[in-house]
Amino acid sequence: MKHYPIVLIAVVALVAFGVGACAGATVSTPTTSAQATAVPPPTTAPQPTAVTQPTTAPQPTAAPTQVAQATAAPTAAAGGPTAPPPTSVAAVAAGRLKTVLDRGNLICGINGQLAGFSVLESDGSYSGIDAEFCRALAGALFNDVSKVEYRPLTTQNRFAALQSGEVDVLMRNTTFTTNRDTAVGLDFLPTTFFDGGGILVEKSLNATKLSDLAGATICVLAGTTNEQVLTDTFNSQNIQFTPLTFPEANALYKALDEGRCDAATSDKSQLAGQRASVLKNPDDWVIMEETLSKEPLSPAVLQNDAQWADVVRWVVYATWYAEELGITKANVDDQLANGSTNAKRFLGGTGSLGKDMGLSPDAFYRVIKLVGNYGEIFDKTLGPNTKFKVPRGLNTPYTQGGLQYSPPFR
Amino acid sequence: MASPPPPLSQSSVPFYRDVRVLRVLVQIAFVALVLLVGWFLWNNVVRGMARIGGAFSFAFLENAASFALSETSLPYDPATDSYLYAFFIGVLNTLRVVIVGIILATLLGLVAGIARLSSNWLIAKIAQVYVEIFRNTPLLIQLFFWYFVGILKLPRVRDSIEIPGGIYLSNRGLAVPWFTPNETFTAWLVIAGAGILAAFGVYKLLGRVEKPFIYEWRGGWAFLVWLAIALAAAVALQPFTPSVPEIRGFNFGGGVTLSPEYAALLLGLVVYTGAFIAEIVRAGIQAVPRGMVEAARALGLSYIQTLRLVVIPLALRVIIPPLTNQYLNLSKNSSLAIAVGYADLFYVSNTIFNQTGQTLQVILMIMVAYLIISLIISTAMNGLNARFKLVER
Repeated sequence: MKHYPIVLIAVVALVAFGVGACAGATVSTPTTSAQATAVPPPTTAPQPTAVTQPTTAPQPTAAPTQVAQATAAPTAAAGGPTAPPPTSVAAVAAGRLKTVLDRGNLICGINGQLAGFSVLESDGSYSGIDAEFCRALAGALFNDVSKVEYRPLTTQNRFAALQSGEVDVLMRNTTFTTNRDTAVGLDFLPTTFFDGGGILVEKSLNATKLSDLAGATICVLAGTTNEQVLTDTFNSQNIQFTPLTFPEANALYKALDEGRCDAATSDKSQLAGQRASVLKNPDDWVIMEETLSKEPLSPAVLQNDAQWADVVRWVVYATWYAEELGITKANVDDQLANGSTNAKRFLGGTGSLGKDMGLSPDAFYRVIKLVGNYGEIFDKTLGPNTKFKVPRGLNTPYTQGGLQYSPPFR
Repeated sequence: MASPPPPLSQSSVPFYRDVRVLRVLVQIAFVALVLLVGWFLWNNVVRGMARIGGAFSFAFLENAASFALSETSLPYDPATDSYLYAFFIGVLNTLRVVIVGIILATLLGLVAGIARLSSNWLIAKIAQVYVEIFRNTPLLIQLFFWYFVGILKLPRVRDSIEIPGGIYLSNRGLAVPWFTPNETFTAWLVIAGAGILAAFGVYKLLGRVEKPFIYEWRGGWAFLVWLAIALAAAVALQPFTPSVPEIRGFNFGGGVTLSPEYAALLLGLVVYTGAFIAEIVRAGIQAVPRGMVEAARALGLSYIQTLRLVVIPLALRVIIPPLTNQYLNLSKNSSLAIAVGYADLFYVSNTIFNQTGQTLQVILMIMVAYLIISLIISTAMNGLNARFKLVER
């Protein structure tokens, strides 16, 4: 009995040490061994041929040499694992950007279980809009979309992974909220998907409004904004309900399928993704019209690293801006050579936008060349030609009435 | 050195060779080391927290929790109740599963342990198969099995299995009739409490009667006395209204419903821990020398008396220390509740640090809470052990 105080001290000390070590965020080489097994070999990701052969690109008249040099340098270096950072990168890179460039790959925190956003395919690659943005970042950083190490995270360990420096960026359908921006200590970047909270119910219940769900058991993922929204919405309308919370999506949708709960709440796109990919009879389920909440799903990085935040921010803007200018994967080379002044500046043909950011001058060219503009990314991952058929909603350029308003690239 | 040491004042031994001084110095050095490590850790925490832009504070616990819980033992309103209160609800839910789990696991383990020693081949083998299967597979897998394969595969609410007596079984849980208290409930509670005192008096009184039938069953008689008082009061006061489960809307209303999550967790913990306890019980019984049993029988004690007065007291000495470990394991394993969605202490805490981002503080709270639960269990069991251990005279 007399040992208890010592045991108590030892336990508290151990925890403090562990968490303290994690919280010390500027570990230059995050340990990859612990979760490395969960990560598929990045070499299986498709390699655009145009990148590995930069000389095949049509030679623009304005600034061909600069671009060719910039593209060639990292490509040549990409072969070896001990590749030095690209020579064209401005020497000012520091903080997380330097860590990432020195490491030679990007560690991207993703969902991994959500079709349409990031999900493991049978060939070992990840598909989905979040995974595409990871690749867009890797394209801007390394001119190689395979240089991404995907780190699947749950709703519950995602912030801890970012706080401890385990991942460089969180591309994990995460809602941008004040609390997460301040108390949790993150910085959010432009919203990659403007979503709204919804409810998935069985068609046979004929539920059209929330009050039809009085007394229902509703499944929700732990640690999400949906969990709070559900409570707030139902309580404010005085509708009785029982929440049933699960730590991960697979368990949740299994319980829903078995009839343990009457409905599930999540972001509408997510519901569409899970309905199409997990539920046994997708046609028996319907997403209610009602939108419970705003869910701006945004990339996040650790607070107080402006340079790194800038990189992620402008890569997202680049996909919007390219769509606005009509630059696509197919015509990007042509635009670089013969496009407008804006297009040339954006793609690195003139000016030093990329370089000022600590990247290669053609960083945004690479994003569009390797991944595409936002419209292309959306159509490939969530759009009407996919099984999810998610409407683009607010995720259109402001010129078409959407919310995607990129600041000018100049 | 063979001669007795001279008084200290006349000693010529230098201080660094003086054992008494050295002992003190070593202790001081050790304390300094502990303090240094502690300071380093604390400093590390503070700097780490500062780097990610937080401060080490528990003030967030007063904010409204704003997340609902599926099971609450006390009234809980997420709009007004604080994170701290939500944490407390989680602790209660943990205790609910730990206490019931310990009782049931002990019973199951006792039965299975005795069954393993049965001379009946079939019973012994069934017990052995049970022990080997559940002792040798991970608890998390067993929980998933009970929950997803066992309970969720039960019929849906509308196709509930109806068991005579108003009991319904579905994948929303087991709904059984229950009672709702009336305003006379408190009065009844007082009378029933007085009944316990009366029963205790009867127990003491019967202890002096030397007729075996009365003496040996005095516990049973006392219980009957209490039951008679409680029932008479219940008939007179009508403190309860029976409430029968029925389908209302989406779920069962009325009665009480044992939730699938609680059931799965309890089942998993009981069956898993029961297998370990069975082995402990078996070892304990086998540790009692055969000669003791034979001597007891030779003295004319009946089989039950032999068990009660000889075998079990002796076996308990061997059983209690490892049993304590199993109780502690059960209480700690209950944190796997999150896997099946039962709102225990860890589950609630998880939501709290997710919403607030105060991971370190909440993890510390979780550890302290489990530590307290474990220390209570182990103190109680140590007390029990002290009562049963061999007293040497």
